Amino acid sequence: MSRLSVDLGRRWSLRLASLLLCLGFWQVAARMHLDLGLVTFRNVPSPVEVVQAAWALFNSHALPRHLLSSLGRVASGYLAAALVAVALGLAIGRSKWAEDLLLPPLEVLRPIPAVAWIPLAILMFPSSELSMIFITFTGALFPILLNTVHGVESVDRRLIASARSLGAGRLAILREVVLPGAAPSIVTGLSIGMGTSWFCLVTAEMISGQWGIGYYTWEAYTLQNYADIIVGMLLIGVLGMASSGLVKRLGTRLTPWYRPQEKHG
Amino acid sequence: MSIAERFSTAGRIAIDGLSIHLGSGPDAFEAVQALSFDVTPGEFVCILGPSGCGKSTLLGALAGHLTPSSGSLQVDGQPVLGPSPSRGMVFQQHTLLPWRRVLDNVAFGLKMQGIGKAERQRQAREFLGWVGLEDFAGHWPSQLSGGMLQRVEIARVLINRPKLLLMDEPFGALDAQTRSQMQELLLEIWGRIQTTVVFVTHDIDEALFLADRILVMSPRPGRFIEDLRLDFPRPRQPELLTSAEFVRLKRHCLELLRHQDGRQLPRLTPLGLPLENTQPRFAL
Repeated sequence: MSRLSVDLGRRWSLRLASLLLCLGFWQVAARMHLDLGLVTFRNVPSPVEVVQAAWALFNSHALPRHLLSSLGRVASGYLAAALVAVALGLAIGRSKWAEDLLLPPLEVLRPIPAVAWIPLAILMFPSSELSMIFITFTGALFPILLNTVHGVESVDRRLIASARSLGAGRLAILREVVLPGAAPSIVTGLSIGMGTSWFCLVTAEMISGQWGIGYYTWEAYTLQNYADIIVGMLLIGVLGMASSGLVKRLGTRLTPWYRPQEKHG
Repeated sequence: MSIAERFSTAGRIAIDGLSIHLGSGPDAFEAVQALSFDVTPGEFVCILGPSGCGKSTLLGALAGHLTPSSGSLQVDGQPVLGPSPSRGMVFQQHTLLPWRRVLDNVAFGLKMQGIGKAERQRQAREFLGWVGLEDFAGHWPSQLSGGMLQRVEIARVLINRPKLLLMDEPFGALDAQTRSQMQELLLEIWGRIQTTVVFVTHDIDEALFLADRILVMSPRPGRFIEDLRLDFPRPRQPELLTSAEFVRLKRHCLELLRHQDGRQLPRLTPLGLPLENTQPRFAL
């Protein structure tokens, strides 16, 4: 075996060992009703109970509907956010005028947590479905917007000057220079935004009446089904990680000229 | 039809009382002061001067990236109002688009003119051949060396058939051997096309080897202190560098540059003042 694959094998076994260690600690702590004073595992369900709850959910007919509802909401909110944020980000990054016009209200809205939007979302949108999509939208909007602005502003101005000298007009500069120049930064924003969109799912589906992984988690909380809560949390975590990874992969394929430095050690 | 025939006639430059101010508020200063000179079509002019003297500023104004504060600047009787493909610019560091392969970078100017893909790629290949890089058409710019990047840059500018070729210390960042190869390549290409060249450098050898005429500039605010005509025969060979007349002129130029006071000024760019490292405005 080559040195590289030995290295890779070692890294993957370390990752796996780390996960197993965490699981092991959780099982032991929950079984022993470990009380550390500041934090206690007395009422925490053990991994075995969680697996049983997960098994029950996987065998029920409800899971596909929960999943589809949540995926639909996250996808719509996220896509809307991506379109709006990239367009706004390009405008703000390119024009002082657009910056002064658009940035102040956005900066005021940025720190507002998703949960605080619930009442307004219910008031402003005709259906609860749209209110929920709006909440996932607010989650994804700002990371994408800020990364786009940052990416646009860090495009080398010599590239823009050079393109102008070669005959490029305003639109061509945007398409040929600014957009690809900002692309790696936009991809980072899109990938973070995917995560934060899932992050807001439980909040969004507090509005829901029936379906969705977030709703399932919230309902388990109100019914005190602790094992189910953890199943819901883990499902959201896994789905968020997978979709973030997918966005990152797509982004890398779209920016083949861009290869970030490898980490060493 | 050969490429050389497709080049239109070279540009005539007429500059009168040109001053350019850079910076704003209390930091504003005059980068070049009351410059007046003419360049005849097809002439190879080198502008020689110490760092920060405003020679790149003058070039930036010729390219249309900087606006004069007074005086007039005309190319072929037309005032310069902004950048144009007829005035090609080569920077010290290449400005190829990292997301376009070498061939598409060279074809960029034709794409902006709306010329179809097959035709612009055919012409781009031809121009890459001029600079000896036809085998690198499919590479990304990040895969090329510094000298190759500047060759691509030159091909990319020439594809627009500029009347004026503006070069801002284009070989300044290359090692000595590559630099002299590039100088010979540039002279060879210039011998085949009709274009006026304005070449900025602080390297006396380079200016003497390349130019028909050298304009020597004083430190800030930049003014011309010498207008030197060279009549070394062409094509020029590297042996020229050690000839008696060359050495005599080199001594003369050294003398001119030495008489200037030794202030170290920050380098200016054809786009104005160098950018400070700007911090991102957001915590991400």
